[in-house]
Formats: sequence, C-alpha cells, structure tokens
Amino acid sequence: MTRWLQAHLGKIWMTVVYGFLFAPLVFLVVFSFNSTRQDSRFTGFSLRWYEALTNDSRLLEGFFVSLKVAFISASLSVVLATLAAYTLVRYTRFRGRNLFTAMLNAPLVMPEVIIGLSLLLLSVSAQRSFGWPDRGLTTIVLGHVLLGMAYATVVIQSRLKEMDRSLEEAAMDLGCRPSQVFFLVTLPNISQALLAGWLLTFTLSFDDVVVSEFLSGPGVTTLPQVIFSYARRGVNPSIYAAATLLMLAITLAVVGFGIYTARQARKSKL
Amino acid sequence: MIQFASRLVERLRLGRRTVVGIPTVWLWVFFAIPFLILLRLSVTDMGEQLNPFAPLLTHTEGGGWKLNLKLSHFVSLFVDASGHWGDTLYIEAYLLSLKYAFWTTFFCLVLGYPFAYFMARASATARPILLMMVMLPFWTSFLLRVYAWKGILADQGVVNNALMAMGLIQEPIQMLYTDISMLVGMTYVYLPFMVLPLYANLVKLDIRLLEAAHDLGASPWKAFWLVTVPLSRSGIVAGSMLVFIPCLGEFVIPSLLGGAENIMIGRVVWDEMFSSNNWPRASALAVMMILCVVIPLAWYNAKVARQAEEERT
Repeated sequence: MTRWLQAHLGKIWMTVVYGFLFAPLVFLVVFSFNSTRQDSRFTGFSLRWYEALTNDSRLLEGFFVSLKVAFISASLSVVLATLAAYTLVRYTRFRGRNLFTAMLNAPLVMPEVIIGLSLLLLSVSAQRSFGWPDRGLTTIVLGHVLLGMAYATVVIQSRLKEMDRSLEEAAMDLGCRPSQVFFLVTLPNISQALLAGWLLTFTLSFDDVVVSEFLSGPGVTTLPQVIFSYARRGVNPSIYAAATLLMLAITLAVVGFGIYTARQARKSKL
Repeated sequence: MIQFASRLVERLRLGRRTVVGIPTVWLWVFFAIPFLILLRLSVTDMGEQLNPFAPLLTHTEGGGWKLNLKLSHFVSLFVDASGHWGDTLYIEAYLLSLKYAFWTTFFCLVLGYPFAYFMARASATARPILLMMVMLPFWTSFLLRVYAWKGILADQGVVNNALMAMGLIQEPIQMLYTDISMLVGMTYVYLPFMVLPLYANLVKLDIRLLEAAHDLGASPWKAFWLVTVPLSRSGIVAGSMLVFIPCLGEFVIPSLLGGAENIMIGRVVWDEMFSSNNWPRASALAVMMILCVVIPLAWYNAKVARQAEEERT
C-alpha cells in the first residue's frame, strides 16, 4: 500500500489539484443545463436558462457595453504600450527614466481598489473644473487603459528586446526615414506581440469589475458589473448559462489563436 | 548633404520626443495626478455644498493665509470615537486582511509546491500540456469562477450534499460566508500565481545534484529537504509575493464569499467611499494601504534587481 502510494503520489496529487482548478468550471457548465433553479441537485436537462438569458436585457446590454469598452481600451492600450515599450527598450538614457518605469509598472502591483479610487477622484475634480468627463463609458475606458497598458508593455517589451536590430539598421542604410523604419520594419516584426498584448488587455478589460465599479456612472454597466450585482443577490442560473457561452467563445478564440501562431511559426521556419 | 543630415537629426529628435512624450504625459495625467489628488484629499476636509475638496489655502481675516492641513483622518483610523487606541474597525480589517493573505499564501504553497514539483518532473512532452491546463481556467472570468464556489459551498450545495450522501455528516456544515469559503476562494484564485514561478524554478533544477545526494546516501526525502527546497528558495519567495500582495487588497472575493465578519481592507475603502461618503477617510485608508502594500513590494523588487546584478558580475 505505502509503496503503491509512493509510486503514484505524483499522479494523485496532480489529479487532486487539477480537480480543484477545474471544479468550478465543470459546476458552471453542468448547472447551466439544470431544469430547476436550485444548485444542489441536477434535476434534469433543460435549456430554459439559455432561453431566460436571451430575454435578460440587463445581461445583454452589459455584454455589448463590455465588448465596446474592451475593444476600445485594448486598442488604446496597445498603441500606448508600443510607445512605452519602444521608449524603454531603445531609449535607455533619458531624464526621468526611473520615474517613467516606476509609474508604468505601478498598476501591476497596486491594488485595483486604489486605482479605481484615485481615478474616480481625478474624474470628479476634472468634472468640477472642466465639466468633463461624466462618469460612464469614457471613465471606465480610461481606467482599463491604465491597467491594460502596464500589462501590454510587459508583453511587447520582451518581444522588442529579442528583435534583431540589424534589420532596422539595414533599412536605415537603404535610406528609410526613422518613421518609415518604425512602420515598415519594427511594427511588422513585433506584430505577434501586439496581437498577444491586445488579446490580453481585451480579456483584462472584459473581466474587470473593481475599476468599473468605481468609475461607471448611471446607465452604464459592464457585463461583470451586472454579474456582480446578480451574484450578491443569490443564485441565478442564467449567469451559469452566460458563463458557459463565454467559456465556449474563449476556448474557440484561444484555439484559433493557437492555430494561427503555430501556422505563423511554421511559415517563418520555411 | 549636410543640410539633409541635420534635418534628419532634427526629425529624429522630434520622433523621439513624441514616442517618449505620449506615454509620459498619459502616465502623469492618469496615474501621478490622481494619486496626488488622493494624497491631498486625505489631509483636508470635505468641502461645503457637496464639494469633496475643501480649499487647501484659505484667506484669514487678518489678511494672511491659512494652510488647512489636518491629519485627523489618519488618526481616526487608529483611534476610535471614545479615544481608545488600536481598537477600530480599520485596524481589525487590516489585521484580518493580513490573516487571510497569510493563510492563502500558506495553502497555495502547500498545494502548489508538490504540484509544481511533479509537473517539473513530468516528461518533456507532457509539460507544455500540463502547463496549459494550469493556465486554462485563467481564461474564464475570475468573477464567474468565484461565483461558482458560492453554489458549490452553499448549505444545500454540492459539497454538503456529497458529504451527507456519504454519511460523513448529518447536518449541512455552514461553509459559505465563513473563513472556509474565503480561504477556498482565495486559494483557488491565487494558486496559479504560486505554481507558475515555482515550476519555472524547479524545472531548471539540475537532476545530477539529486543523484549526488543519493550516491552520498541521502534518502529521497532527505535529499528533497536538503537539496531541492533550498535551491528553489527564490521561486518560493517570488510565488509567495505574487500571492500575498494582491490578496491583501482583494475586494471581490470578500464581497461574494465572505460574511459580515470577513471584512478586508479593500472592502472597507469601498464602504467608506460609497456607503459612508467619507471621502477623506477613504483616501487616508488608501494611502495607508499603499504604504503597507507597495513599499514592501518595491523593497522586494529592488532586492531582486540587486541579486540579478550580482549574478551578472
């Protein structure tokens, strides 16, 4: 018995931990098909919660708000992060570089509550002084960009460091202007990192609840905020159904991205 | 030719200015200035007529200026209304946050270390798949995964039903809204943050060292404690920091899985801001939170950077 345990301890431990990691996901999928509202017993298969989902205007609205917010903030984050990463990798000496790096990385370690709170104070004082911005979509996007930019910079920076600089030098020698070098050589070379950074910030923004809770205004609620308010009230299997659909979408996206990068890698090998 | 070159240099500087300038301005406006506003609010009072900002300088009757600085909001975090030190809700919330962060780190380490160890010992072809499977739950909304635990741990939930069906318990145990649900939820969410740095560290371990220990007569158990664990110290420290720090500021998990008694500092900031509408005190709390969270982390980062420097030389 003990010898058997010793030989299989690794497998047992890994199964237990993977079970722990996947239990909630299995729970969400299984109980989204439950025929009754209770989440203790599986009483039978039904699609009623998916049907309820299509009639739940708050969830649907939240979904579209979140898509919009995530799309805008991911795109803005990647643009800013590209500039920031370029600054960090190429301009190793300029005044205030340490401060720049510190400010750029701070959102990675700062509790989200503090980011939300300080941006709320900014938007309130800006509102008082300039009458803009009202709390809503704009402020949520600004908060998400601040977070997303920090993460995207990490991704883009590491790719930029690996990039072969002689390509840029060759382009210079052949008479390219610096801006041409940047757009025709540098950007295409780091395009995969840009895409990865975009996807990362998109999911971050799509998933965020804390910053949005601080910065959203009347009439604008993102999907996580709707889920958060439902979740505090009690069991609602419509959320399980929404979760299952989201998981499906994300799995497809991840698989698609995997296939794309694999194909890209094979192409570059040829 | 010279003219062209000078124009080129000029353009280069201009390009460089834009590239550096845009993110710098952005960070000043949306990171540094909000933080300064937070700091300023924490040392002044709320203004009149719903203006959250009282003026920092006021004109006095004698023709002078008066600086309206006060530390009462910071003091009120430590002293309660009747003047007793150290007995406030804020200190309690902070101590509870420390407690949850500590136990979460502990459980993540206990569960995650052997897990990362076995993962690092798996065959080279299996490793990417195993790693991928750790990352996979990450891609599902954090909120939804936490919410699922609410259903699993409820009084009539899956765990209680299973335990009752097995005859281990007669009555459902209350797990939701207690320390149990808090720690399960937090361990669940932060486990990958512990596993990934540990794995990255353990996978590099030179297997010949273990063979040497074996040749010299150490039992596998002894070799594990005397060779593997000390060599993975930097992984343990990195993983623990990655779990401990964000745990301290956690807001969502105590809101969903915690009861009235499981208060954490992040939730208290929120309540001060939106329930009590006491903005200066919320700001003072946030400043304290930064002092307690960010400064230890900055110290740790500096230490890691110095170590990397030493290794290079």
